[in-house]
Amino acid sequence: MAIAHVSPGTSTHVQPERSGRKVPYLLMLPGLLWLAIFFIYPLINLAETSTKTRATTQETGAFVQTYRFANYIDAFIEYQDQFLRSFMYAFLATVLALAISYPLAYAIAFKSGRYKNILLILVVAPFFTSFLLRTIAWKQILGAEGPVVYVLRTLHLIGPDTTITASSFAVVMGLTYNFLPFMTLPIYASLDRIDPRLLEASGDLYSNGLTTFRKVTMPLSMPGVVAGTLLTFIPAAGDYINAAILGNPTTKMIGNVIDSRFFRIVDYPTAASLSFTLMAAILFLVVVYIRRSGTDELV
Amino acid sequence: MVDLAASATGDLQLRNIRKEFGDFVAVDDLNLTIPKGSFFALLGPSGCGKTTTLRMIAGLEEPTSGTIAVGDTDITYSKPYRRPVNTVFQNYALFPHLTIFENVAFGLRRRGIKDVKEAVEKVLALVELGHLKDRKPGQLSGGQQQRIAVARAIVNRPALLLLDEPLGALDLKLRRQMQIELKWIQTEVGITFVHVTHDQEEAMTMADTIAVMNKGRIEQMGSPVDLYENPETVFVANFLGQSNLIKATVGTNSGAETSVDVQGARIILPTSRNRSAKSSVLVGIRPEKINIHAAGTSTGKNALHDGVVTDISFVGVSTQYQVEMPWKQELMVFEQNDGGAANIRKGDRVTLSWEPNFTFALDSED
Repeated sequence: MAIAHVSPGTSTHVQPERSGRKVPYLLMLPGLLWLAIFFIYPLINLAETSTKTRATTQETGAFVQTYRFANYIDAFIEYQDQFLRSFMYAFLATVLALAISYPLAYAIAFKSGRYKNILLILVVAPFFTSFLLRTIAWKQILGAEGPVVYVLRTLHLIGPDTTITASSFAVVMGLTYNFLPFMTLPIYASLDRIDPRLLEASGDLYSNGLTTFRKVTMPLSMPGVVAGTLLTFIPAAGDYINAAILGNPTTKMIGNVIDSRFFRIVDYPTAASLSFTLMAAILFLVVVYIRRSGTDELV
Repeated sequence: MVDLAASATGDLQLRNIRKEFGDFVAVDDLNLTIPKGSFFALLGPSGCGKTTTLRMIAGLEEPTSGTIAVGDTDITYSKPYRRPVNTVFQNYALFPHLTIFENVAFGLRRRGIKDVKEAVEKVLALVELGHLKDRKPGQLSGGQQQRIAVARAIVNRPALLLLDEPLGALDLKLRRQMQIELKWIQTEVGITFVHVTHDQEEAMTMADTIAVMNKGRIEQMGSPVDLYENPETVFVANFLGQSNLIKATVGTNSGAETSVDVQGARIILPTSRNRSAKSSVLVGIRPEKINIHAAGTSTGKNALHDGVVTDISFVGVSTQYQVEMPWKQELMVFEQNDGGAANIRKGDRVTLSWEPNFTFALDSED
């Protein structure tokens, strides 16, 4: 009450409150600085590069700023197949990862008892090895001498000469596998937060197990599903490791194109404009998705 | 399933119910009949087995042995959703993702009832929260959530409504108000309410019948007045209100009256109020039944002399005296502040007296 009578800035009484207001900004400062140096600045740099054209000197890597926005259109037209394929693969991987992760997260959250922590550690255990190594390991797993092909051949599901590496199937498998923990953990977190009394209340109000799942558990786990699908879809759409290791020339994703434009062909403007187009497309899809799922209202 | 939930009516009967969790016996040979349409309270300290009993009635736990029936229908092993029973959960358990309307309609919709609007709006009107039907539970106060939890349960017209510490999360003033409101709702809808609580005042305000539970057993069952005036065990005497319990030896029994010896003083009580068959008993008297006088001026038939007042606390409607007796036991005395109170100070020597009819005698616990 006393503070209400003091006009701000005229009394020493206000001082402690003022310095208190600075605390959040001070806490954010390291993060903001980091972002400014390692994200904002490169981003501006990239934007600048995207409208450059090759210098007349023919020297590799020499570009001049000509504000040629047509770079975007040219790049998109040339690589629209790879764009489409990236989103297709990322979508498939997201759906598969969701199908695998939801039951897994559900089991960990509700049925694992005292093994809960061990199972959670197992979910994140793959992070102890490098992403690259794990993807190379999948090449072995899916390889002609590997267990998957052996089983499929024994069951006569594939012919004796069919292989499954270097295919879009292998790329989607790799993507699904690599982003599984990103799907599982948020779903687990939202399931684990559900008050068991809500499930009891649902049973008390004439729901059987399946109805309780449909009407209570699933809606309440939606924030986790949305977070998980985003954490899978976004990096999967921009990924190039899986396509490079497990794919073939016809399974190239947009990440592979950007990679080769930057580092092999040294065509910085095309690579930069593709990067921006990818970012914009993902941002657009994400916004539409979040709007449609309506999870901002939840809890 | 819907038929059973809708049709089973009658008294709730628990027969020889026993529930074990590993080595721990939570409920031990419980027998209980709860008449249809009554407001019944299961009262006891935490860990006495009252919540376990409630959960067995709701179908959330299965008894180790015994049967549960509503009227003639055995529901011991029925799934929760197949019982004519609804529960008001502790902390309400309202669905946070659904509106108030959909929360209340939840049970009706699960039973396949298409037109829920009228029933839901009627019950929301009953709890006077019709204007909040489009809100989410998170936007409601604790008292409002509590009423929605009741509405969500009674809209299904169960034979039995279970309330698990329903007012535990509310502040004192709101709790008082909700006690009256719940009692009114129960009278209005005529559903049997089974109310679990550790709060003796809450149980006494609302319930027609109270069963006091301790260590998995029912200590005593009866109306609030009956339990308060005629406690049968030391546990009940101490759990419902306060009691002065004094060691005594049973003397002569003249038929209607029994006299006991309390540290040399002769105390008389109605023989019917002696709950013990032993010669060594605990004599009980409620603090508000005792009159306090300056030493030597006793008026009642039963009197204990030579007490010393060690503490006085004024609590508005009454004054509470703590009196140390010659045998070093502290007795509590409550005097109404009705203007007639004796002018007694700390350290004064006093005599305590009371009517023989208020005296009771119990088996000592050890």
